Amino acid sequence: MTLPAAEHPPATSLIAPPVVRSSRRAELEEAILPGIVALLVAAIVGDVLILSFGQNPGTVYRLLIEGTWGNAYGLGQVLYKATTLTFTGLAVAVGLRAGLFNIGAEGQLAAGGFAAALIGMILPPGLPSLLTLPVYFVAAALGGGIVGGIPGVLKARFGAHEVITTIMFNFVVLALLNYLTAAHFRVEATLHTPEIHAGALPRLSNYAAAFHGSAANVVIVLAVVVAWATWWYLFRTRRGFELRATGLQAPAAEYGGVNVPGVWWRAMALSGALAGIGGLNYVLGYKHYYEEAFASGYGYLGIAVAIVGRNNPIGVVIAALLFATISQGGLAVNAVVPKQMVDVLQAVVIIAVAASVPEVRRMLRRGR
Amino acid sequence: MSMADSPASPLAVRLTDIHKSFGLVQANRGASLEVASGEIHALVGENGAGKSTLMRVLSGMYSPDSGTMEVLGRDVTGWSTAQAINAGVGMVHQHFMLVPTLTVAENVVLGRELTKHGQLDRARAEREVTELSRATGLAVRADAKVADLSVGEAQRVEILKTLYRGAKILILDEPTAVLSPPEINELWQVLRQMRARGDTIVLITHKLDEVIEISDTITVMRHGHTITRLRTADTTPSEVARAMVGRDVQLAANYVNAPSPSAAASHLPPVAPLLAVRDLVVDDARRLTAVNGVSFSVAPGEILGIAGVEGNGQTELLEALAGLRAVRSGRIEIAHRDATSLSVKARGDAGLSHIPEDRHVRGLILDYSVAENLILGQQHRFTRGVRLDHDKVLANAQRAIAAYDIRPADPLLAARALSGGNQQKVVIAREMARSFQVLLAAQPTRGVDVGAIEFIHARLREARNAGKAILLVSADLSEILALSDRIAVMYEGKIVTILPRRDASKEVLGPFMTGVVAEDAA
Repeated sequence: MTLPAAEHPPATSLIAPPVVRSSRRAELEEAILPGIVALLVAAIVGDVLILSFGQNPGTVYRLLIEGTWGNAYGLGQVLYKATTLTFTGLAVAVGLRAGLFNIGAEGQLAAGGFAAALIGMILPPGLPSLLTLPVYFVAAALGGGIVGGIPGVLKARFGAHEVITTIMFNFVVLALLNYLTAAHFRVEATLHTPEIHAGALPRLSNYAAAFHGSAANVVIVLAVVVAWATWWYLFRTRRGFELRATGLQAPAAEYGGVNVPGVWWRAMALSGALAGIGGLNYVLGYKHYYEEAFASGYGYLGIAVAIVGRNNPIGVVIAALLFATISQGGLAVNAVVPKQMVDVLQAVVIIAVAASVPEVRRMLRRGR
Repeated sequence: MSMADSPASPLAVRLTDIHKSFGLVQANRGASLEVASGEIHALVGENGAGKSTLMRVLSGMYSPDSGTMEVLGRDVTGWSTAQAINAGVGMVHQHFMLVPTLTVAENVVLGRELTKHGQLDRARAEREVTELSRATGLAVRADAKVADLSVGEAQRVEILKTLYRGAKILILDEPTAVLSPPEINELWQVLRQMRARGDTIVLITHKLDEVIEISDTITVMRHGHTITRLRTADTTPSEVARAMVGRDVQLAANYVNAPSPSAAASHLPPVAPLLAVRDLVVDDARRLTAVNGVSFSVAPGEILGIAGVEGNGQTELLEALAGLRAVRSGRIEIAHRDATSLSVKARGDAGLSHIPEDRHVRGLILDYSVAENLILGQQHRFTRGVRLDHDKVLANAQRAIAAYDIRPADPLLAARALSGGNQQKVVIAREMARSFQVLLAAQPTRGVDVGAIEFIHARLREARNAGKAILLVSADLSEILALSDRIAVMYEGKIVTILPRRDASKEVLGPFMTGVVAEDAA
């Protein structure tokens, strides 16, 4: 085959310089810089807030760091919260990668935890964790996966918008679980299910006494493994290729032989399953029972985690740690400033990231 | 770089030695342009030559890295869009920037609304727009909703918008890319009328016949440089093409297909067609009948061209054939198999390849890399277990990039970063590389420069000569005439005639395309 324009190669070399390396660098800059800018903005807004309460920002920030990463208990609490947030963040991220906005992580998380607690009531005590963990894992994934998958099927089959259906499902599922717990499965005089004896997972304090009292448990390992597996699925498999193609440009995916409605419901089921597995953190690792409202807030915060983590599983883990730190830090500084200040900070981080992504991109472009 | 004959009339625009880079890409590398007042000036060049960038510099969207800009003798280097508009320089973009739910008048006055007691003075807006429409010959109803307009009318609204803001120097970026032949003629009339009133027009295009027909002067750009400035009356299409590409090119308009091997052997018993369509009825997105009982077949080694003004059912026909749109009734056979209700993937497996009409909507995933786009539709052939085989994907990309001279030659670059011509090469390379017997080629060279058109046409002929059946749909009649063995004309969802190439010409096909003649009406 002859190359039609090969007669003037010098021009080519000028027009087409090696772009690979620089675009990789730009990608990395674009991935990291918005987060840093957002943190700086949040810090400045935090300063103003702290000053308005008549406190010294330096003191408050020191308290915040000491109360989170500064001691084993605080760190344990951060890790615990980050674990659940990683799962809900992954759930939202997978949805967004497929072009779907899953707002139902809250209900899916609760359903996953509930399913695990029910299985825990059935499994005979004394079974080794190695045997029971896969069972719990599947149960939680199924619980969340069904709650997420139904809106997915409704979307694929009838075109029902997933934002509406997942919000509705939050109400329906949480109310249903509360009813089931209260009416059928609770321990007398409490609002939780019986404690699990078969294969409940140990807390970190079993290994390092310094973590004593903190909720951190070995499900954190599972979170890291699942985050990696999610990344692998999205970016290395054919299914992941088709899922992301659908999210970026559904008509082109359809042209490329992708069954777009099929991707929709599978992505929603996967998204729900990821959130559902998060339920293990509380039910199997921390309290060893299902309790009403254990999922409260984690599902919605998962949206922020996914956005700040740029829908990248690795970014989600980092963002989960960030939000867990802010959340736990709020308790640490409660003595000198209201805890709500930290909620404001959290919101500022989200707004700053959302705003700084295009702004940073523009700055990078101008700099070149 | 010859800057031939300096114009006698005063200069409307003088751009000198403009440099403009985006990152590592140097879009303009010392480009110059001189446009005389009251002329129609064609700015031509291949995709990526830097025409649009230069015009965006002129209209204030970009500020040049270096160089000087003069408009009507005034130094305006690095001005803003607002300053440009106030000075009477307006640009009509390739992609329309209209609000579909608003009326024509509302769109035209948008940003400069006339108010009465704090409310939009709709009556006055409509009056003024109607007046302007009459004065300029840009016929369009001021109270019509933009969503209900044809593409040609929508473009008139874009031009009206610019004129309403007082443009005296009008820049049009590829204005005919979306127009049908009659609409193009109307546009030329409007432009000539404007020239008669003393307005200056700069026309960005890469269609040579248009350049010759409408322009007074031509500036040719290549690789960010200004190559030459020609007086239209003193030049030929071949000379302009040579300046654009930097070598001699085979122009489609001058090419007549050699008889296809199968057509030459027509005394032999007829071969079974590879693509057969019978009584096909297809609905459009609004559930109106778009394809109304269409039947045809394409034999191996044959190109069947479908001519017709856009919007006469070609899009729906192709989508139905490709498996992207449900069929209401009728039958589709691909490679002797009933494919009427097969999925997109199953049709691919049955031997169908498809160059879709819009590479930005269907043909490419713009944020995917070139390598990833080169496997779209065949991703299941590039796997190892459940994984995508990265090495295989990359090797495939290297092969395609070399064979199709895709630039930049970087498999990891996002498709979005490529010029239109190179994007189209990615699509063509992918669809030609799969094993197929039937090819649907929709607008295969739309928005593609002369050099790439020649290359793509050569690939299509190669495929035909290798015994593939090709269905070619194009809005460009010269393309249809250059490639097809038989030509069908579609009008209002029906095929109104099918002619052998030797009986077809622009003159013969024109009346069928506009519905004046309907041979097969019975």
